[in-house]
Amino acid sequence: MSSGLIIETRDLRKTYKVGKVDVSALRGVDLSVQPGDFLAIVGPSGSGKSTLFHIIGGLTPPTSGQVHVGGRDLALLTDAGRTRLRKRTVGFVFQKFNLLPNLTARDNIAVARYIAGNHAGPDPEFQELLRFLGIDHRLDHKPNALSGGEQQRIAIARAIVNHPAILLADEPTGNLDTENSKAVLEVLCDLNKRLGQTILMITHNPEAAVFAHRTIHMRDGRIIEKT
Amino acid sequence: MTARLVWENLKHKPMRSLLSVLLIGVPVTLVLSLVGLSHGLSEDAQTRARGVGADIIMRGASTSKVAISFSGTTINEKYIGLIEQYPHVKMALGVVVKPVELPLNVMGVDLAEFSRMNGGFTYLHGVPLQDPDNDVLIDKYYAAQRHAQVGSTLTIMGRPWRVSGIIQGGKLARIVVDKKRLQFLESANGKVSVIYVKLDNPALADQVVEELRKDENWADFNIDTMEAFTSMFSVNNIEQVRIFTYVVIGIGVLIGFAVVCLSMYMAVLQRTREIGILKSLGGSNSFILRIVVIEALTLGLFGTVLGILMSYGACWVIGALVPASIPMIIVYSWWPIALVITLAGTGLGSLYPGLSAARHDPIEALAYE
Ligand SMILES: Nc1ncnc2c1ncn2[C@@H]1O[C@H](COP(=O)(O)OP(=O)(O)O)[C@@H](O)[C@H]1O
Ligand SMILES: [Mg+2]
Repeated sequence: MSSGLIIETRDLRKTYKVGKVDVSALRGVDLSVQPGDFLAIVGPSGSGKSTLFHIIGGLTPPTSGQVHVGGRDLALLTDAGRTRLRKRTVGFVFQKFNLLPNLTARDNIAVARYIAGNHAGPDPEFQELLRFLGIDHRLDHKPNALSGGEQQRIAIARAIVNHPAILLADEPTGNLDTENSKAVLEVLCDLNKRLGQTILMITHNPEAAVFAHRTIHMRDGRIIEKT
Repeated sequence: MTARLVWENLKHKPMRSLLSVLLIGVPVTLVLSLVGLSHGLSEDAQTRARGVGADIIMRGASTSKVAISFSGTTINEKYIGLIEQYPHVKMALGVVVKPVELPLNVMGVDLAEFSRMNGGFTYLHGVPLQDPDNDVLIDKYYAAQRHAQVGSTLTIMGRPWRVSGIIQGGKLARIVVDKKRLQFLESANGKVSVIYVKLDNPALADQVVEELRKDENWADFNIDTMEAFTSMFSVNNIEQVRIFTYVVIGIGVLIGFAVVCLSMYMAVLQRTREIGILKSLGGSNSFILRIVVIEALTLGLFGTVLGILMSYGACWVIGALVPASIPMIIVYSWWPIALVITLAGTGLGSLYPGLSAARHDPIEALAYE
């Protein structure tokens, strides 16, 4: 596989067994991502977008094909190896925010640092980032006291606190109104520009895809178009 | 951070946490109360036996060798004079023992002889037996239990007795009547249940016991130094009490185990999505397991503390209701034992829910509603 790519998949397939039925979620995906890329992934629901993320992010192993993420061959990784990948190499942002409801925003971010084995206090750069995200004054609230937009920005902060090579955002604006969507998209765009953060973003919203450098269209577990 | 996570989880469902702690605490209280009760009973018996001021005790052979009671009046009083002729024996005192409500005994004592042996009872209220046929002395604990004062009439052994004096506890018996009167009531004239022997030199007790045992005259007697006798009351030497304690501990551990297993299993189900989130952040299986186990151990710790507090409550209630029958005490040395036992039970109980949480598939957990 060619070097220099941060993500590379070849004929990536994933089949889920549902009872006795095989469900092919991915049917041969070839994808190459350069560091610093900002990629939008669109496609009808059920087309395998989330599954692609789950494999790249090490939440589930591929059924066949090759996947290299951050120089590692995911097909060879054990469960523990995938856990390490999630600690350091990828950060997830979900449609439903997925903050831990019992913890304050600050502790949600601290948990991610703790799990990654990062026991030092947050660096000044990160403090600056929190200000930039506009959530530095909301850190002592629990998720249920935060607006959807605030929760998603906390989730973004949590996803990048360990400086992952890749940020995977699965419909990050799916639960947000237009204004908050725009704010979140601008944040992602800015992270990509300022920090060179590699971002893959699934979206249903054509306006959101405009923020990305390029867009990949998926259907029935395949990439049908790259623009 | 683990501590924060665990603590916030416990706080998030306060009712569940409190109920779990309560359910863990109850068996801890039961165990501590049982231990406090058996220690209290044996210490109390030891204190009262020592309070007699004798160095040697002789019991009729029909009384079991290691029984706390000495029921039966089998010893002829004429032996007392024989014993007193032994070298180093200063005096011998025969006492009639009549068990009433367990674990209480009525003791028939000649007060004048008893005084010669140990200075006699200390009277908190009232006076010694005035009318030996109808008067009784009781100690302050039995007085409290029966709500009796000097002059009260108590029914004991099926007949009325007038309380002539209330004595300080810790010497021989809680309930004392005249020896001759008790012999008469028991149809055991001239017989006693036990003989206490006082020496001119307590250090010679072992030696005198050896000599008494060699003597044909006492072949039918159980003869022990007072020290050996009282140590038979020690909780550790009473097999039945020990076994019973183990059984109650076993039940307690089982309850703690089941409570924690259930409580943590429900908590883990409720938190399926959160477990998925932790896994998506790179939390390992052992990290998830650790959180569940630590949460369970925390419940166990609080349960133990609550159990200890409630054992004080039990002690207080028992002290207020039946101080004479159940002299329960707080046995501090059992606190760490109770803690270790509880932690073992709760730790084991959390393993199944913990492992099932650790094994959750992250994607399914994240999709959980
Ligand atoms: N954990 C799973 N078990 C079984 N089938 C699944 C699972 N995840 C996804 N699928 C199936 O795989 C296909 C692709 O799903 P998904 O990747 O979620 O698509 P998208 O994110 O594009 O909507 C769908 O048919 C879906 O039902
Ligand atoms: Mg999806």
